[in-house]
Amino acid sequence: MSEGPRAGAPGAFLGGAAPRRRAPEQLNRTGWGKGIALLLALVFGVIYAIPNLYPPDYALQLSPREEAEQPLAEAFAVARTALAEAGLESFGATLEDRAALLRFRSNDAQLRAQEVVKEALVRGGFGDNFIVALNLASTTPAWLEDLGAQRMNFGLDLSGGVHFLLEVDMERAVADRLRAFEDEVRTLFRTERLRYLRPVVTEQSARRITIRFRDEADRDEARRLLADRVLEFTVTAELIEDAPALQLTLRPEVVKDIEDYAIDQNLVSLRNRVNELGVSEPLVQRLGRNRIVLDLPGIQDSTRAKDIIGKVANLEFRLVAQPDAPRSDVETYDYEFRAVDLERALIVSGDRVSNAQAGFDPETSMPQVNITLDGRGGQRMNEATRGNIGRSMAILFKETRTRTRYVEIDGETVVRQIPYETQRLISVATIQAALGNRFRITGISQREASDLALLLRAGALAAPMYIVEERTVGASLGEDNIRAGMLSVAVGFGLVLLFMLVYYRLFGLAANVALAVNLVLLTAVMSLLGATLTLPGIAGIVLTVGMAVDANVLIFSRIREELGSRSPQQAIHSGFDRAFVTIFDANLTTFLVAIVLYAIGSGPVKGFAVTLAIGIVTSMFTAIVLTRALINALYGGRRVARLAI
Amino acid sequence: MADPSPASRRRSGESAPQVFWETKLAVDFMRWRQLTLILSTLLIIASLALLGLRGLNFGLDFTGGTLVEVHFPEAADPQAVRLGLEAQGYGDLVVQSFGAARDVLVRVPPDVVGETATVGDVILQALRADYGDGVVLRRSEFVGPAVGEELREQGGLAMLAALSLVMVYIMFRFTGKFALSAVIALVHDVIITLGAFSLFRWSFDLPSLAAVLAVIGYSLNDTIVVADRIRENFRALRRAEPVAVINQAISQSFGRTLVTSLTTLLVLIALLLFGGSMIEGFAEALVVGVLVGTYSSIYVAANALLLMGVEQKDLLVPEKEGQDQDALL
Repeated sequence: MSEGPRAGAPGAFLGGAAPRRRAPEQLNRTGWGKGIALLLALVFGVIYAIPNLYPPDYALQLSPREEAEQPLAEAFAVARTALAEAGLESFGATLEDRAALLRFRSNDAQLRAQEVVKEALVRGGFGDNFIVALNLASTTPAWLEDLGAQRMNFGLDLSGGVHFLLEVDMERAVADRLRAFEDEVRTLFRTERLRYLRPVVTEQSARRITIRFRDEADRDEARRLLADRVLEFTVTAELIEDAPALQLTLRPEVVKDIEDYAIDQNLVSLRNRVNELGVSEPLVQRLGRNRIVLDLPGIQDSTRAKDIIGKVANLEFRLVAQPDAPRSDVETYDYEFRAVDLERALIVSGDRVSNAQAGFDPETSMPQVNITLDGRGGQRMNEATRGNIGRSMAILFKETRTRTRYVEIDGETVVRQIPYETQRLISVATIQAALGNRFRITGISQREASDLALLLRAGALAAPMYIVEERTVGASLGEDNIRAGMLSVAVGFGLVLLFMLVYYRLFGLAANVALAVNLVLLTAVMSLLGATLTLPGIAGIVLTVGMAVDANVLIFSRIREELGSRSPQQAIHSGFDRAFVTIFDANLTTFLVAIVLYAIGSGPVKGFAVTLAIGIVTSMFTAIVLTRALINALYGGRRVARLAI
Repeated sequence: MADPSPASRRRSGESAPQVFWETKLAVDFMRWRQLTLILSTLLIIASLALLGLRGLNFGLDFTGGTLVEVHFPEAADPQAVRLGLEAQGYGDLVVQSFGAARDVLVRVPPDVVGETATVGDVILQALRADYGDGVVLRRSEFVGPAVGEELREQGGLAMLAALSLVMVYIMFRFTGKFALSAVIALVHDVIITLGAFSLFRWSFDLPSLAAVLAVIGYSLNDTIVVADRIRENFRALRRAEPVAVINQAISQSFGRTLVTSLTTLLVLIALLLFGGSMIEGFAEALVVGVLVGTYSSIYVAANALLLMGVEQKDLLVPEKEGQDQDALL
């Protein structure tokens, strides 16, 4: 920055010697090299901007899941028949190996078609084997796509869709890990027949588990047993309530790992769930320590989306406790008007599920979920059931919801999202034989069955999440925004063109050409960078149009001024030269602000910052280099008596 | 360099500027400097008073809460809609027409929060119960109270960051009194722009914030162009009075200041008229900012310079830069 004025020294940049030493005929010529570079820039701009002239089609994409056995072509035929019957017109159908595509005239038709196709596939016996996703199909000619030219992405405020900001409950993730470890320790001590004093105390806030023993020998034995399992903890020997005790404190770096894992796992699950919802180009991204941004373009029904994304549902398979089991090892649940004691230790939980399909029991036609466990899960299930034939096993359905409460903190009312868990036994059955890796679960409603199957397939969330921000833009508003944005660009652009032409005549014309090229280049660079166009982004373009001419205005004012004391050629030459420092300065300040906006701003503001920053760079190029070349072409290298300025 | 005498222009006989504001006759802008000093002071006091007493009309982004914009099949009376919702048990709502007569905006205060951020859905369902399925959702927004507060903090931070960054830049670019006067002009513009938001009860949302930050960049543009000229003239005219030097610099850059402000205003008016309601706050902030910024680049920065008693020697401090500049000329 300190170099501002020096680096911007015109002599260095524009490569001109002092004007007075050259004859007017030699001034203001554009070299071949520069001319070719300009031409290349122009060709580049046009090629990469053109795809934006091809609006995409609303489309439906049909693709098979990994495990789908039925051929895509059959499902596709069923889908097309159903659409024809529903009177929904589609066009441009394509069928490839892994995906089939249908195009529609409107967003509305596309949304209705998704429902129709989904239903037809289930009725046709294809179940959940195919994903029916909303899509925007490119209409850009193939040769442009081969060059990597693509249209700009539209932000949700233009395309319509739902935006969520989700907060992951990190405390819960850590607490769950502590609880799981506590269970592991109990199980270990029980199998090793090591006696310890109850209760085992777990302090969530201190991230610490305290286990007390009868004597020091037991404690040392426990320490030996735990040695290779407590790497995540700092272990200290203490004397608590006159009993020798071990305190296991979770290491801070492990806490961070747990948090990272929780976020990563939630991201994976969210991506899967979003795919299940049928959104083809979602944005799922971590934001800061504990947040996730989720953008679902094209989705109109945010209620359904919310049902699926935020849901923390899991299954636990547990043995019903023996009547003589110690109270601290059991948990009691209600099941069909009676209390059932379950062992706290679980056999298998939902994350061992490799596939889950909703369906109906062929005999009773009650809804059910067919579950396949993965190898390890199947093995554990087999081990647990083999030796316990005759005992009962229960399936626990757990769901975390959040409720909003007002809490008084220091006299201020603060809103808190308080997660709470609902747990429900959905089945208790006698183990008839050693079980393997295939099951079915009955006793739930049809909606629950399909949601449960979806959630189990998609994977559990490692920690509950709640929505801290939600923005839904309807398709009609999105279209209005595009129209309004384009109209403002067009009107603003037109007014500026007109003004410049009237005020600066031939020079104004050159500035106008530069301004038009600037728009093309701006579009091209944004498309190439994969930037997302938002409504504030369009506002940024409009503002760029208004401010981009400033560089030319500075130059032209200077030329007019220089005309008082110099010949036209010299005036042009020194006008460009002298205005440069000022132009550079003026643009740099706006650029700095754009950087601040980008760094600190969120969502729409970022979109504005991006267009503003790119616009500054492209406008400096066109206003200085291109205008110069145009003026040179008009006046350069000859004797000129008057300038049309 | 710049030759102030009209004689030289007559002598050259070239195409001369056709308009009075581009003549090189120095207009005595500083004649009104006492008046504008009072005006600026009053405007700032009024803006600060407004901001202190009435505050900004923060939009949903900053307050948190829920907002639902719906499109009715036929013209709907906001009052009736509100009563209908109240009858269904949703009190304390603000219902207003939005743009067209068939578009209605329902705002739910932040302390009404549903089980899981679903107040918007509930309102939409309630409206459909009253008016049928023809009620189309235009947009629905929910901003949690914590997020609203964060955005507000972030916004303030962004404003400070932008101001300090450009201040650092000015420190490098100019020195001493020039830097200080440019900063005074900037702060002046930001305060008055925010004051206008408070006065007209314009909703201040994220795009408005972005616009205020853009005003910082824009206003600095103008100030720098004028300051550049003042500095240049101080160096060229060795024995001139500060007031005369400043008058001349402002006169020289006046044409440019006017034209750039005009083209920027032209596009902003296009944005205000056709950009739709979601971008209104953005356009409003910039229109005010550009107007105030134009005025401040002429009067506030120069006034501050004169009040601080700017002299020739203020420019002679950075030796290296002076030499550099001479080499340029």
